[in-house]
Amino acid sequence: MTSFSPLLDAASSLCAPPALHFGDVAFSHLNRMLFGPCSFALDGAGPTLIMGPNGAGKSLLLRLAHGLLSPTRGQVSWSGDGRPRQAMVFQHPVLLRRSALANLTHALAVNSTPRNARKGLALEALERFGLSASADTPARVLSGGEQQRLALARAWTLSPSVLFLDEPTSALDPAAIRAVETAVLEFHQRGTRIVMTTHDLHQARRLAGDVLFLAGGKLREHSPAESFFSSPVSREAQAFIAGELVE
Amino acid sequence: MEDNAFYVALSLLLNLDADLFQIVALSLQVSLLAVLVAALLGFPLGAAVALWRFPGRGGVIVVLNALMGLPPVVAGLTVYLLLSRAGPLGEWGLLFTPSAMVIAQIVLVLPILAALSRQKVEELLGEYREQFISLGMSRSRMMPTLLWDARFALLTVLLAGFGRASAEVGAVMMVGGNIDGVTRVMTTAIVLETSKGDLPLALGLGIVLLTLVMLINAGAYIVSELAKRRMG
Repeated sequence: MTSFSPLLDAASSLCAPPALHFGDVAFSHLNRMLFGPCSFALDGAGPTLIMGPNGAGKSLLLRLAHGLLSPTRGQVSWSGDGRPRQAMVFQHPVLLRRSALANLTHALAVNSTPRNARKGLALEALERFGLSASADTPARVLSGGEQQRLALARAWTLSPSVLFLDEPTSALDPAAIRAVETAVLEFHQRGTRIVMTTHDLHQARRLAGDVLFLAGGKLREHSPAESFFSSPVSREAQAFIAGELVE
Repeated sequence: MEDNAFYVALSLLLNLDADLFQIVALSLQVSLLAVLVAALLGFPLGAAVALWRFPGRGGVIVVLNALMGLPPVVAGLTVYLLLSRAGPLGEWGLLFTPSAMVIAQIVLVLPILAALSRQKVEELLGEYREQFISLGMSRSRMMPTLLWDARFALLTVLLAGFGRASAEVGAVMMVGGNIDGVTRVMTTAIVLETSKGDLPLALGLGIVLLTLVMLINAGAYIVSELAKRRMG
């Protein structure tokens, strides 16, 4: 796949993606502590994979980082000025009841892209993600894999500095999973910080630069991928990698 | 044979009865205009109540829901008082004109459109909320997106409003006055013919009214089903 905007790519790969800091962040609901408190910094190259069993707080971490939820205590902050441009791809893509193309032009319109530039950018993104033939197809009759690719294409049109993905492949077949992973790496190469949750160990091995391992709402381990998979420190991570059923 | 309502209805239609067509045309004109204006006001109102949290929001929802059952004669009386010579809007001179009938029907239909669209938009917002926040959309930016994406559901809401407007008789009778050739619509004509004892004509008019409402509903149903199937 070729890049449609070499200048932009060059510029964004020159400056490192913004770093994310969690300072003693906790989230509780109805007096129940659901996440944290925990502190960490994502300032490496990534991609960062967030792993852990169900209910470990992976999705909560993403939502706190993306600003969909506000922490009940502590602070989520970014390096650089203000909040970087960011996008999120959900486990079940939320697509508008419109054509694939209209889903992208809507996102561009929201993002105040000039009207006459929207269609061109949208078509380029559709082509990049192999959806050109489906431009006029209603988004919600696309297959699961195509819908997820459309969600990625929508994120792509927004040129985010940070991309959050919440188990984007958990409902997809192998071919669709490969397409999503290729797309994720493409974002990574463009200089986008990737923060992605998964419970698929193989996927994490394929993609991860570093791993955040959560269990029971607490951060158990944050290490580079090689050391996480070869010699995990925490007991929970050891069990998880060994394929035991961690709760 | 001449006493048969179906025969009367058919002969009215087949003879292209000029009076009948005037009555039908005025009925459609008044109700469609009322529904159009009510939609332009009611859909954004419903969406706004769905989107914003403000003190008294629960009260607004209860009032809108309750007003769905507003008795037409109460709406008629209110509009009558507003538009009568001594009333606050008496200077407009609208009482006993089709405009007064449109206003009365707007009062009846607006709560239906606002209350039902509030429900539909809120359902859709539940599904879209996280994506919208992720895209950085403000509430006022969400409104047109939600209204457009709820379009099939809102078409049904629109039909409910049109049904209410075209079927009601009390309000248009009070503020229109059932003046022959000026403010006589199907429902008021049916009431008049019944009280005059011309039951076949009243029934004939009733059949025409029912057929019209059926046709409009069937058309809207087909359009929305086709569109739904296409959009998934």
